[in-house]
Amino acid sequence: MPRVSPTRTPMAEQAAEDRIRNFDEVPFGYTAEEAMIEAQRCLLCKRPTCIDGCPVHINIVGFLELAAKGDFRSAINLIKESDALPAITGRVCPQETQCEQVCVMGRKYQPVAIGRVERFLADWEASQGDMPVPELAPPSGKKVAVVGSGPAGLTVAADLARLGHGVTIFEALHEAGGVLVYGIPEFRLPKAIVRREVDYVRSLGAELVKDFVVGQTATLDELLEDYQAVFLGSGAGLPWFLDIPGENLSGVYSANEYLTRSNLMKAYLFPQYDTPIARGRRVITIGGGNVAMDACRTALRLGAEESIVVYRRSREEMPARAEEIDRAEEEGIQFMYLTTPLAIHGDEHGQVKELECLRNELGEPDASGRRRPVAIKGSEFRIPADIVIMAIGQSPSPLIPKTTADLETKKDGVVVIDEATGKTSKRGVFAGGDVATGGATVILAMGQGRTAAAAIDEYLKTGAW
Amino acid sequence: MYRILEKQELAPAIKMMIVEAPNAARKARAGQFVIVRVDEPGERIPLTIADHDPQRGTITLILQEVGKTTMQMGALEVGDSLATVAGPLGHPTEIEDYGTVVCVGGGVGIAPIYPIARDLRRAGNRVISIIGARSHDLLFWEDRMRSVSNELIVCTDDGTYGRPGLVTEPLRELLEANPGGIARVWAVGPAIMMKFVSRTTEPFGVPTTVSLNTVMIDGTGMCGGCRVMSGGAAQFVCVDGPEFDGWLVDWDLLLSRLQYYRPQEQEAVEHWNRGCRIKEVPA
Repeated sequence: MPRVSPTRTPMAEQAAEDRIRNFDEVPFGYTAEEAMIEAQRCLLCKRPTCIDGCPVHINIVGFLELAAKGDFRSAINLIKESDALPAITGRVCPQETQCEQVCVMGRKYQPVAIGRVERFLADWEASQGDMPVPELAPPSGKKVAVVGSGPAGLTVAADLARLGHGVTIFEALHEAGGVLVYGIPEFRLPKAIVRREVDYVRSLGAELVKDFVVGQTATLDELLEDYQAVFLGSGAGLPWFLDIPGENLSGVYSANEYLTRSNLMKAYLFPQYDTPIARGRRVITIGGGNVAMDACRTALRLGAEESIVVYRRSREEMPARAEEIDRAEEEGIQFMYLTTPLAIHGDEHGQVKELECLRNELGEPDASGRRRPVAIKGSEFRIPADIVIMAIGQSPSPLIPKTTADLETKKDGVVVIDEATGKTSKRGVFAGGDVATGGATVILAMGQGRTAAAAIDEYLKTGAW
Repeated sequence: MYRILEKQELAPAIKMMIVEAPNAARKARAGQFVIVRVDEPGERIPLTIADHDPQRGTITLILQEVGKTTMQMGALEVGDSLATVAGPLGHPTEIEDYGTVVCVGGGVGIAPIYPIARDLRRAGNRVISIIGARSHDLLFWEDRMRSVSNELIVCTDDGTYGRPGLVTEPLRELLEANPGGIARVWAVGPAIMMKFVSRTTEPFGVPTTVSLNTVMIDGTGMCGGCRVMSGGAAQFVCVDGPEFDGWLVDWDLLLSRLQYYRPQEQEAVEHWNRGCRIKEVPA
């Protein structure tokens, strides 16, 4: 066994007290030397477990070996054979539950910081100037429409373009990237990086049509008149509300709205940018997922004196990434666990004034395996607030299923697919990402995109459904 | 980019633009809207499609300069472009032959009521239209409305033209004079006007459709910023509307939500005006 450092190479980051006053990215990323040192910690296992831990099966051992020698060009090229968006996945993947969780080093020591090295390599490549375009297959003469330019759509577009198919991406918003631009904040994923990755996919030959709302501007059936196959990667854009009294008061936001205003519309730069956002002194975010962490941390950066998360279970049950919860805690977010919102009360102008809650205790595990919160009778109390953000989940938009007769969905609007191929109930239509899962991670969306792209290629060649 | 092909001032601070937007023009129907963004730092605002020409690939937009975005858009000229025109969005008006119908348009709402009246007339309805403005100089498209209406009543709040008073007065008289004779009413205009039109028709039991204009961002059901209460249920104006049953809308909630960004809207206008003045200073 080679002598290796038991601990991973630390990555420098902005101090909490500084970063809560800006929207700049929190970590600075590795230097070339740090990346090499970290990559050298890899044991180069003969039968590596990390690759199976990756939803898109990046040759992790392979790229770490190259990075360890300083051959960054070959390392990034190897990653991009499986992952068209490494600067993004290097930042937002939950590596701790994927590749790094199964890293053999992790049995005794800290696992190799695979995500950090990946991120370094992607940023290194960008710093070298124009991104080289890999060799493309000769044009097939076939055309594919990709609906949505989020992680799933971009992955499908990249894979199919490399295989020589004509790809057109239809995006409803004015900027490509889907949740990467409207949902994930600048301080976690700089938008310049998303733009860079989108440009890369376009450099492979994929055409991008913005301001095009499939289901409205054209139906799925109309797209099928011009395209031999359609990939539906339209995400989960319909925000959920709790259905409690007072939810329509001014100052109550869906996390989607709050984050879209800040991220896509750059409301944090108002009035240089036109879109306003309410800057509350006391902001309450309801929910415990990554979206809730993004919202409460955004509120802090928009000047909130107190940013409070209200979650009905306890810290252990929170679905957010551990790293995001840690960062939120470092930044001074207050967490009110075991607390269920009952009602929002307003003032005479119809604006939020208080959130009324109930305290819970943990009961038996429920269907999700997490312990169910049980209300404590008579424990009602009120928290003053001027903004309440609902970050309790979302589901796919009904716009496309409602205008497509033969597209099977579950009752929550999730499009039904065959897991092995991404095929929907409608001939020629494939789907993946949040529209087919109801809401998961960027990398799972990309994994489904890869699967679907291979199946689409097969369908285009054989015509067999 | 979406080029402005024609521009016309209809009234002080009310402008008409014909914009190149082939994707939106191809599918547009009466009652639908587009989301417009003027330039890169711009906000996204909903504007009703007042007319469309699929052959030419254009849509007609009417804007009233009330805030920073509409002022900036109003300052654009033929040949300039808009950064975003996305749509058509929302459900189209349900056009059928209902019999005799009344179309009420107030202020800048005359623009969106026009295609609705036109299509109702084409579908065989007898169309009585009532249009109103604060003052004569703010009234536009009287000729267009006359051309698609069997009868047209024009009102001004200050009595400078047509019948003095609000649109609800002639509406009430029509309802009283034709018991059971009016099948439906459409109303598009300021929220307060639509509220009182709905209040006027309810005792007569004549179904009333209103077209709501709320704060929106994406216009595709993603943000929920446009939500209203209708019949006790939360609805998104962008995907469930923009047309709703006027009797069921919680108007007070709608009006209070429309006020929420007033201070920022003011600030944006001031910021814009400062910017304009700076540009006017010779180098």
